[in-house]
Amino acid sequence: MLTINQRDKLDWHPGMTVREMLEAMGYSYALITVVVNGEVVEQDDYETHAIPDEAEVTVFHLAHGG
Amino acid sequence: MTPSLFDRNVPGMTERLQSAVVGIAGCGGLGSNAAVALARAGVGTLLLADFDRVALSDLNRQYYFQEEIGRLKVEALAARLRAVRPDIRLVTHAARLTPENAPALFQPAELLIEAFDSADSKRWLIESWSRAYPERPIVCASGLAGCGRTQDLRVRSAGNLFVCGDEEADKRLGLCAPRVAIVANMQANVAIEILMSRGERVEP
Repeated sequence: MLTINQRDKLDWHPGMTVREMLEAMGYSYALITVVVNGEVVEQDDYETHAIPDEAEVTVFHLAHGG
Repeated sequence: MTPSLFDRNVPGMTERLQSAVVGIAGCGGLGSNAAVALARAGVGTLLLADFDRVALSDLNRQYYFQEEIGRLKVEALAARLRAVRPDIRLVTHAARLTPENAPALFQPAELLIEAFDSADSKRWLIESWSRAYPERPIVCASGLAGCGRTQDLRVRSAGNLFVCGDEEADKRLGLCAPRVAIVANMQANVAIEILMSRGERVEP
């Protein structure tokens, strides 16, 4: 079981990638950054980075403007 | 006792911040306002980076003035910061930041303020900084466009990544002084909170 944004629970399976987690959660924003257990996962690694069970995952949306 | 610029500062803050080195990636609406707040609070050294020059349309939210139009932002901002605090240590880089050069330019910084405009740039800065210095905090801004909705502005964090803003409002809504400056000052406030909580600076 994963915890997403300190609130949502998501069923975990062995080898679950960041991309699979995002799809399961229905995140459709193009511009996001993902932190798994305190570490930033780079966008290029979303297809390959396996999330461990019981992980704390945070998804931030990045909006234009500054 | 000699009057000091910091007579009204929070107790213990001046001493800690004096040794702090903070990087500011981008000197537009976020970076210029955050830099002024950090300088007034007493941060000893600021590293400023921006390739751009001051334009008229920047003046609706950025900490620049009519007579500075056409000047390099890092130079105009450095002059304003020195006008507040002549003793502040400043390093300026009038260069376009890239994923390749940003970690090296900000190597001396123990904490980085992300102050870019484009969300794509925000992302690569988070990635390149976290890869180079996983133990050093990066304080970002996302969702500061438009006006009103003050109650939607917040800080979320995970690991050493801190994100200020509502994470939604896109610049297509327009950018306006109060909301941009609020989020820039949230970034400065978070940075000070982190620096204070970490105690004496550890050499990067």
